[in-house]
Amino acid sequence: MDLLYKIFIDPFVQMGAAPDLLVQTLWEGLVAGVLYSLIALGFVLIFKASGVFNFAQGIMVVFAALTLVGLHEHGVPAYLALALTIAVMFCLAFAVERLILRPLVNQPDIILFMATFGLTYFLIGFGQLIFGGETKVMIADQLLLPRGAIDVKMAGGFVSLQKIDIAAAIIASIMVATLAIFFQRTRIGRALRAVADSHRAALSVGISLEQIWVIVWFAAGLVALTTGIMWGARSDVSFALEVIALKALPVLILGGLTSIPGAIVGGLIIGVGEKLGEFYWGPLMGSGIESWFAYVIALIFLLFRPQGLFGERIIERI
Amino acid sequence: MFYREAGQFKTNYAADLAVFPILQDRIGLMIILFLAAVIIPWFGSSFLIQAVMIPFLIFSLAAIGLNLLTGYTGLLSLGTGAFMGVGAYACYKLTTYFPDVNVLIWIVASGFFSAAVGVLFGLPSLRIKGFYLAVATLAAQFFLSWCFIRLPWFYNYNASGAIEVPTRALFGIPITGATATDTTRYFVVLSFVVVMTWFASNLVHGRIGRMWMAVRDMDLAADLIGIRLLQTKLLAFATSSFYCGVAGALLVFLWYGGAEPAVFDVNLSFFILFMVIIGGLGSLTGSFFGAALIFILPIALRYFPPKLGIPVHPATVEHIQFMVIGALIILFLIAEPAGLARLWQIGKQKLRVWPFPY
Repeated sequence: MDLLYKIFIDPFVQMGAAPDLLVQTLWEGLVAGVLYSLIALGFVLIFKASGVFNFAQGIMVVFAALTLVGLHEHGVPAYLALALTIAVMFCLAFAVERLILRPLVNQPDIILFMATFGLTYFLIGFGQLIFGGETKVMIADQLLLPRGAIDVKMAGGFVSLQKIDIAAAIIASIMVATLAIFFQRTRIGRALRAVADSHRAALSVGISLEQIWVIVWFAAGLVALTTGIMWGARSDVSFALEVIALKALPVLILGGLTSIPGAIVGGLIIGVGEKLGEFYWGPLMGSGIESWFAYVIALIFLLFRPQGLFGERIIERI
Repeated sequence: MFYREAGQFKTNYAADLAVFPILQDRIGLMIILFLAAVIIPWFGSSFLIQAVMIPFLIFSLAAIGLNLLTGYTGLLSLGTGAFMGVGAYACYKLTTYFPDVNVLIWIVASGFFSAAVGVLFGLPSLRIKGFYLAVATLAAQFFLSWCFIRLPWFYNYNASGAIEVPTRALFGIPITGATATDTTRYFVVLSFVVVMTWFASNLVHGRIGRMWMAVRDMDLAADLIGIRLLQTKLLAFATSSFYCGVAGALLVFLWYGGAEPAVFDVNLSFFILFMVIIGGLGSLTGSFFGAALIFILPIALRYFPPKLGIPVHPATVEHIQFMVIGALIILFLIAEPAGLARLWQIGKQKLRVWPFPY
């Protein structure tokens, strides 16, 4: 009885008693959620256009951030380093298409999934070989990202908002808006949507799959770079960041593998759910439940909607 | 030349259905068993037995377990590491609670615990498919890993948080713990692997294997021809987890001699999945090939450059090792997406028709 009280009533009493803490937790959840959404967005872009479940998205985030910081350490000015990193991400996209996707075209999904594992290992080794394995500090100041916090008086207390988090949210929304416009209004965007609908039909009307894949992997690389900068500015840049790919997976299945709005909404749900769970229910279970709590949330949603919240309905025919 | 089936006539139905219909294959199998059971323990160095053969056999067993689920039933699972952990921890709890019962019985019994957990986490598989299921099994992975770290009951409340294998004997000869010799442990592992591979082979060639493969090829169609999906999928989860559980128990009791929860993290799951995919989905032989390649490759990479006299920094070696493994995975997938088992089959076919191309 006591346990039931602790699970079902006590957390809500706590929420009611200290609304400012609740708002603070919600805000932190939302901010973490934005970053999860960004990683999931990279996954979704690639999955839609090439049907590849890209496990390497996490390491791409690290690799992009490392390239940026590494170049800056070698004396390249911040904005030039940013441009060069974008160029590197393009080369990566090109190489991936040439060396992995093209020879493996028309293979089962699981084989392509495994190939991205190979890519992950390769990039881990390559990144460490070039930039070293030690932790680096993101060049947030040089990129004119704000720092510090704003205290807002709200709900009978103070809520502290980190400026970098606000910037992250704004940049993420700009990026999503740009991607949406790119997808809906441009010629290439239309081709991308055609490929996502049906590879064969797209081929038959003269859309070059190879070109589309390079573009999509490049777009995912840009998303990875943005994620890397934001995440790196909050903590720092190291290979430990690679595990955020595993954080983004529940976001992905919650939102649906093929849906961009799904990735965003899913990320926010998981981010908020995780923080609330850790803060209000965590002490009951012993700490560290963050590692699996997101998966449980996603699983519960999946039991009701097996294709995710916004995923395309899975229709099976004999 | 010598690999021909000419002159081998089948006179009854059973001979026609045999797993190894060609005489030379049976001879080859005997030679491999003879090598594994006599030559290697007799002549092999301690390094070969302790650091190569024992883990290779254990990982092969785990790969067979995952192959039953992913290769034969088509259910992608990323929870293998956790299921192996369940086996290891169950075996540890059982041996410490009931020290008088033989440890071999507990190793088998721990497989059943793992199977039960596997069934529990396999329940969503009826509704969730493909990559969605893979991520759902990751829930099992992270939840169980968390349990091994946070719930002290699992490691008997000792201060280190790790489990330590007690010494247990069979007929007066110690088989687990610090005093057991490499050769004894090798024989125990080998017998487990041989018996369980034989069992798995019978399973997949029989009715149950056919059911699994029907579900893999199209579960809706399998449902229509009267295969009960829930039971079949759960049976696959149970069998697979049983194999993984036994492999996990063997891993800790006969190889490591003790384990921290970090052993059974998500990387172990990926590691086993590599073996299954590189070896060949839906092939028991492939599981052995995959385990050999993925496990022995890093060892070879670590030992050969110094032998060749190439001076490299140890950290650089590790980085290059990562790169090489990654590149090799991609290369193998491009060369033969159906895995090493397929290459083996192609090779055998070439031998059969040699010197003609077909």
